[in-house]
Amino acid sequence: MKVLVPVKRVIDYNVKVRVKSDQSGVDLANVKMSMNPFDEISVEEAVRLKEKGAVEEIVVVSIGPQQAQETLRTALAMGADRGILIKTDDNVEPLAVAKILEKVIGEESPELVILGKQAIDDDSNQTGQMLAALLDWPQGTFASEVILEDGKINVTREIDGGLQTLSLQTPAIVTTDLRLNEPRYASLPNIMKAKKKPIDEKSPGDYGVDTAARLSVVKVTEPPVREAGEKVEDVSELVTKLKAKGAI
Amino acid sequence: MAFDAEIRQALIDQVRRFVTEKCIPLENQVGETDEVPQEIVDEMKQLGLFGLAVPEEFGGLGLDMETECLVALELGRTSPAFRSVAGTNIGIGSQALVLFGTPAQKDKWLPGIAAGDLISSFALTEPGAGSDAGSLTTKAIRDGDHYVLNGTKRYITNANKADLFTVMARTAPDVKGPKGVSAFVVERNTPGVSVGQPEKKMGQQGAHVCDVIFENARVPVENLIGEEGEGFKVAMSVLDKGRLHISAVATGMSERLIKEMVTYASERVQGGKPIIDHQLIQALLADSQAETYAARCMIMDAARRRDAGENVTILASSAKLFATEANGKVADRAVQVFGGAGYITDYGIERFYRDARIFRLYEGTSQIQQIIIARELKRAAQADQL
Repeated sequence: MKVLVPVKRVIDYNVKVRVKSDQSGVDLANVKMSMNPFDEISVEEAVRLKEKGAVEEIVVVSIGPQQAQETLRTALAMGADRGILIKTDDNVEPLAVAKILEKVIGEESPELVILGKQAIDDDSNQTGQMLAALLDWPQGTFASEVILEDGKINVTREIDGGLQTLSLQTPAIVTTDLRLNEPRYASLPNIMKAKKKPIDEKSPGDYGVDTAARLSVVKVTEPPVREAGEKVEDVSELVTKLKAKGAI
Repeated sequence: MAFDAEIRQALIDQVRRFVTEKCIPLENQVGETDEVPQEIVDEMKQLGLFGLAVPEEFGGLGLDMETECLVALELGRTSPAFRSVAGTNIGIGSQALVLFGTPAQKDKWLPGIAAGDLISSFALTEPGAGSDAGSLTTKAIRDGDHYVLNGTKRYITNANKADLFTVMARTAPDVKGPKGVSAFVVERNTPGVSVGQPEKKMGQQGAHVCDVIFENARVPVENLIGEEGEGFKVAMSVLDKGRLHISAVATGMSERLIKEMVTYASERVQGGKPIIDHQLIQALLADSQAETYAARCMIMDAARRRDAGENVTILASSAKLFATEANGKVADRAVQVFGGAGYITDYGIERFYRDARIFRLYEGTSQIQQIIIARELKRAAQADQL
């Protein structure tokens, strides 16, 4: 089985983001960037499936600037076999990402696509679902367990009421949730070997996809600063105050 | 070979991530229990840390000195006990084999050293001799196809976990001074080799040093490293490299302590403002930064020159002297900036203060570095090379 894993380069999860002074977005200058943590979980899952012998090849794809190649190298160091960099400096929205991936899938014919449920920069949580719709493939989103069995993919999903298990016919789309696995640290020897693995370079134009933004960002602001609370002597004072504020 | 810049950065990023996510949260625990948890040791093996300085053909990374120092700087940003687990395999325990080993010796031991499955240790110091390898008294007397070793080695890092020792011993008892010394690989399970209890130490809990005792230990002649009488040369080459590595570790600790000082000073309020806005505190921070930066520059310059094939004895000793003395001052200032908190164990600063102290002692004390520097200067002057 061939697995395709799209990976996105985002601000590292440890970085405290700052809003630009003109409120047009967040400041990316000199900020550490890394692979989206949910995509790391997707790569890890694909590598585990390969280690179990259920998968022969893992192809990783990233849509982004030249530096997204580093993100692909990280995935290759974790155990993916080759990469495709679709180079663009545009901010590509989820629908355009899904359309590009649809074309990549047309060329690569994977039987399984594993995506992070969302990227931690814009938290859209749309690409996997849109891709499933465009391809008309079954989807198992928010996976906390993925089991390959007799040509089927059993996906346990984290839903509001608990866990739901779906059985998907291949080819299928899976999006990963936080508890699916704990991604490995790529070993230092594998980081060095990853340099020798192939990365193809493409552009959105090669796939005939128009990546022009459909949405415009009106304003980005910092969350309001939390104000100090009020201390009360006892419960009756608390109740009185809450009533006065119309909270109860 | 010039190292690929992108790979180098990826390696450094990964080590920093490992240190930040895995080691730093365990610092207090390791300090209290005197033990680096086995899970962390296993993760260090998987990460490939034990093989940093073993050539690629033997399963290591074959890092050049510049990259090794950059990695050591990152490893320095946590309790030195973590680095010490792999430290002898990276450095003094493996390099005699890497630099002087025969192909058969390398095949036999380097893959295990690189994987971390064999722990290697360096046995030079004795109760009556240290950096003056010429005064060693441990003997290795040829007997047929074996050498018979007798003597005691002291303060041997990782001896309690070691599977292999690089041992300096006197093969020609009649020859005084360094020329009578040879280097050997001695396997721990050789009959007649025993290891003492770990010493109780001032700092670096989690890292251990012990005596190693040889009583008629028979070592096959094929375990001789280099030629008979080359032991001193082997030891000095290994130590040149080790000194740069240790300088980088100490400087990594200085960088960590600067970060801790600045963070604390920005939050701690005295006299109505954060103490970082008090000029006397600023002086402590600024001096620490300037000295640490100078140390980093010296280390990187010496490492690059070593990679270019220069003899760096004087540079390595200069870097070790300066970087570890600077580290001592930085650790002392860190306690000062933290004030009372710097003396309280929970803050971890007093632990770094104790851990730092060894950097000025091992792989040659500051005074030994001064002697080496002066000796090399004199030699260069006599050869009209100054």
